[in-house]
Amino acid sequence: MHTNLSERVFQEIAQLVPIGSRVLDLGCAEGDLLDYLSRTKQVKGMGVDIDEKMVLQCVARGISVFQGNLDEGLRDYQTASYDYVILSRTLQVVHKPVLILKEMVRVGKHAIVNFPNFGYLPIRLQLLLKGQMPVTSSLPFQWYDTPNIHLCTKKDFRNLCKELGIPILKEIDLWNSKRIPPFVGNLFATEVCFLLQGSSNGKT
Amino acid sequence: MGNRTTQVGSVGIVVPKEFTFGTSTDPLTLESGRNLYPITVRYETYGTLNREKSNAILILHAFSGDAHVAGYKTEQDRYPGWWDPMVGPGKPFDTNKYFVICSNVLGGCQGTTGPSSINPATGNPYGLSFPLITIGDMVKVQRYLIDHLGIERLLTVVGGSMGGMQALEWAITYPDRVRSAIVIAATPRLTAQGIAFNAVGRNAITSDPNWNGGNYYGKDIPSRGLSIARMVGHITYLSEQSMHDKFGRRLQNREQYGFDFNDQFAVESYLEYQGDKFVERFDANSYIYISRAMDYFNLDEKYGSLEAAFRRTRAKFLIVSFTSDWLYPPKQSKEMVFALMKEGKDVSYAELDCPYGHDSFLIETERQGKLYSSFLENLYAH
Repeated sequence: MHTNLSERVFQEIAQLVPIGSRVLDLGCAEGDLLDYLSRTKQVKGMGVDIDEKMVLQCVARGISVFQGNLDEGLRDYQTASYDYVILSRTLQVVHKPVLILKEMVRVGKHAIVNFPNFGYLPIRLQLLLKGQMPVTSSLPFQWYDTPNIHLCTKKDFRNLCKELGIPILKEIDLWNSKRIPPFVGNLFATEVCFLLQGSSNGKT
Repeated sequence: MGNRTTQVGSVGIVVPKEFTFGTSTDPLTLESGRNLYPITVRYETYGTLNREKSNAILILHAFSGDAHVAGYKTEQDRYPGWWDPMVGPGKPFDTNKYFVICSNVLGGCQGTTGPSSINPATGNPYGLSFPLITIGDMVKVQRYLIDHLGIERLLTVVGGSMGGMQALEWAITYPDRVRSAIVIAATPRLTAQGIAFNAVGRNAITSDPNWNGGNYYGKDIPSRGLSIARMVGHITYLSEQSMHDKFGRRLQNREQYGFDFNDQFAVESYLEYQGDKFVERFDANSYIYISRAMDYFNLDEKYGSLEAAFRRTRAKFLIVSFTSDWLYPPKQSKEMVFALMKEGKDVSYAELDCPYGHDSFLIETERQGKLYSSFLENLYAH
């Protein structure tokens, strides 16, 4: 799937990544983001995905990929071995988001996390007014068959980073494909993107 | 049944070729330091080498495999080569596009020099006077063949199990000669468990009175010992699940236990059959030499560490393991992947969910086929 919205998110992520960076993309799917980053930023990328079909797609595109389960963490990955570890639209499907976040900031000098904001006003209204679990274009699943088991709002995520002591270097808030100011993001952003500082970064 | 040798997608009848090298003044020096000459390599090729010589694929066979990867030896041949679904026109290793080579390994018994070959110095088979060999020695012999074929750089080296070990050695020893390596169901070193299984096999052979210190050529061969060795080996190639699915606890010839020694479980009968079939085509001394070569295989020991082993490599790696493989489990493949990543090498890893144990690489050809063909297509296009 290559929607305009994901293209837009890719552009935002690409702006955070300097040319020639080493990038690890967790939950890389068909490798669209890595493909985009290698075309626009000549990154040296590696993807991780659990699904054999996705791995096959990546291999076919010449994208390096590791078939593995993110819920097992990244213990075999060396500390600070990547410039950027990216978790794009994957946070909400992992079983252990805290483990993954801690691992990301260990393995990466930076981490980039983007996810659909559950605090988005129309989502809140669906629950409030209709009394039903929200279904939107970026979260199109019914409650009983959704892969999204750890949805959160922008505010939730900021709180978690604070709790884990992970410095947030940058916040990007998108309303569909438009940038909006971060201070209204929790209510109006459909998608939020965070640049986080790696735990080894700045200490050396 | 139609003519299988001319069916669509088959490479048809394949005639093996031979190449001999090594003289007393220019011998092959083995890893052990011993010299060996002359050496004959029997190999098969499929497809056509292009003008730029950029489309060559070297397939590396496993322990009991041989150079006959695809197609038929004769019109009457009942079974095609061991990886026939993978090699042929329109198949994953597409012979319309690629030039595919496979040679019998050094130490084997299918036409490449091994313990059953005649030692020119004595006029008799080498037997146990044949020098001990390593996976690295097998690869060195293959390099002579590739030189002989005039190929500077292979598009890929690909192999499963012991073939995967050879693919690793190729990428490490000759970094400028391989563009990529597909390493399937392999390991960076044989574990104690692996060595133990090999030891049981060797013991079965050497305990057979016919073995006679390896000197049985022209006499009764140690068929019982070799058959048992194969049976043990075969158990390690399957999984508990695949054995259960295939045989369960079924009896071969009866519905109920007779409580006599004519009771035979289906799995017993299968192993007997595998053992007997193996004896017809394999040499007991080759079993001993090749299994030893695998025992010696240890990249960390040879190069100092796994990372050091991979440091010089320039190939793009595709490493593949199978979930049910307990002989060379995914863990061992992943160890290689992470060592390659540590060295900043280009590596991909697939862990195929497949129930057939170690033998998955021979059995599950459809998903593997897609993976390897897309990997190669992308590489070949760039």
